[in-house]
Amino acid sequence: MHPILARRGRLLPYLAACAPFGAIVTGLLARPGLLSLGEAAALAFPMTFAYAFMGLSAWYPCRRLPLSGSRLPQLVATHAAAALLTSSIWVLLGAGIARLFASLPGEQTLPSRYAVEVRPLFAAGVLLYALSVALHYVLLAFEAAREAERREAELEILAREAELATLKAQIRPHFLFNSLNSISALASSEPSRAREMCVLLADFLRKSLSVGEKKSISVAEELALSRAYLAVEELRFGSRLEVEEDLDARGDACLVPPLLLQPLVENAIRHGIATRVEGGTVRLNVACAAGRLRILIENPLDPDSPSPPGGGVGLSNVRQRLTARYGHDALFAAKRLSDHFLVVISVPAELPA
Amino acid sequence: MTVAGRVRDVGVLIVDDEAPARTILREYLEKVPGVRILGECGNGFEAVRASGELKPEIVFLDIEMPKLNGFEVLELLEPSIAAIFVTAYDAYAVKAFEVYAVDYVLKPFQAARIAAAVERARERLGRKTAVEPAVLAAAARPRGTWLERIVVRDGGEVHLIPVRRLAAAEAQDDYVALKSEGRTYLKPQTLTSLAGVLDPRRFVRVHRSHLVNLDFVRRLETIAKGSTVAILADGSRVPVSREGHARLNALLG
Repeated sequence: MHPILARRGRLLPYLAACAPFGAIVTGLLARPGLLSLGEAAALAFPMTFAYAFMGLSAWYPCRRLPLSGSRLPQLVATHAAAALLTSSIWVLLGAGIARLFASLPGEQTLPSRYAVEVRPLFAAGVLLYALSVALHYVLLAFEAAREAERREAELEILAREAELATLKAQIRPHFLFNSLNSISALASSEPSRAREMCVLLADFLRKSLSVGEKKSISVAEELALSRAYLAVEELRFGSRLEVEEDLDARGDACLVPPLLLQPLVENAIRHGIATRVEGGTVRLNVACAAGRLRILIENPLDPDSPSPPGGGVGLSNVRQRLTARYGHDALFAAKRLSDHFLVVISVPAELPA
Repeated sequence: MTVAGRVRDVGVLIVDDEAPARTILREYLEKVPGVRILGECGNGFEAVRASGELKPEIVFLDIEMPKLNGFEVLELLEPSIAAIFVTAYDAYAVKAFEVYAVDYVLKPFQAARIAAAVERARERLGRKTAVEPAVLAAAARPRGTWLERIVVRDGGEVHLIPVRRLAAAEAQDDYVALKSEGRTYLKPQTLTSLAGVLDPRRFVRVHRSHLVNLDFVRRLETIAKGSTVAILADGSRVPVSREGHARLNALLG
């Protein structure tokens, strides 16, 4: 459906805008000795309003043949054919109207006098069609721009939502309550370790609050956050949790979206180490080479443990944020093998300006 | 203190995979009069074994643990044992506990709350829990997620059967016979409660006392007018009732 016909409020202003064309066509038809001004107007206005609707048909070829992406000969041929056809129908319509008026007293010769005007009228019809085509292309461009704007706003909202989810996820209540319970347990048996754990927990909370607001942080900062998290978990899990880091100094300066590693490290513990009676080692590998930053996180898991529903909330959030930021240039792979879990991330290495 | 003297000692088992959590539970429980701590376990398997050997009357049971989670452990415990669940934060589980009036304590622990839980458990000792463990476990799962594995105890041995390898199940008196990879396991459960926790797109109740995994159904055979059997991958035959046939047709389109 044509956008002007699709909505009620649009038709009247549109027809009003066509009225001046009625005056122009009247001027074209009125010729002393051939058609009086009254006769010209009586023919011109119905014809113009009829054209107002006929001209709308240009919307369909215009939509089928966008200016960019269509070949010029096809474009010209299609519109020329449509213009000739529309104008011919229009001129015939004028003849019909003239014949209707011929029944009025003193107007028997109107059809033949109208016939003399057919050529300039036909040319006017073609020109009006060209105008309609031009206006339709403007309209389509305007709509495309608005659509692009809407899509951009949508993407923006999606990115915001992903960020919000991250902010919410950065401090999992589960982790917090468990840590508080551990502190409470240590308070009587090992007060000094209880204090140490309070400081570690505070350190982690402070760090995660400060990075959440930033758009990018360095890998070094992100690692510091993960280490603060791991330090708390090491107190909870005791000898069951080991961490092994293999880091490349060049990778430290690279910029990444905040809280990229931390949720993955958290998953490695919750769905990996915690599922094993004997615990295990979380391996963290960061390397920067050939313009790419590669991060690898690996953890053992109990082969019998069920996988978390939906593959874990953390994974999909990280994947989303990587796509929002790098598009197709980000590689994210998470795989559960028989007794361990592996996450690989590869993104363009971004260095601070 | 005549009152304290009359209180019968109850044996308590502590099950939690985190050492600090066990430490504080022990500390608080030691202060509750009439409580004898029988032992501590760091995972679900240990808990099942220890409860068989130590015969506790009350078990403090963590939910997230290696090997078997708290709900699975509960399924394998003697029904007379009073379980008190322990959790840091699990909205679904807590809702299920509320619905079925199963006692639970939240981390960080509170000494008074632990003592109260022991008191309540003492009152209902010997009485069977009102809710079937499998039903409780199902209620504690997020909506739209289904059971991934079934736990069965066979004497002192615990078997984990992934549901994708469960070919069929049959009701046998108070048990279900679970058929998986050429073996049959017996579990004290009703077929209806089992059917309720399995993905209905994969498991079909083809008969009042038979449930089949669609992945294992090879073909249907009509043996007499109105009498159908399903032939499974291993060649075994499962009777299909008229209603069961309709259910199969609805699923297979």
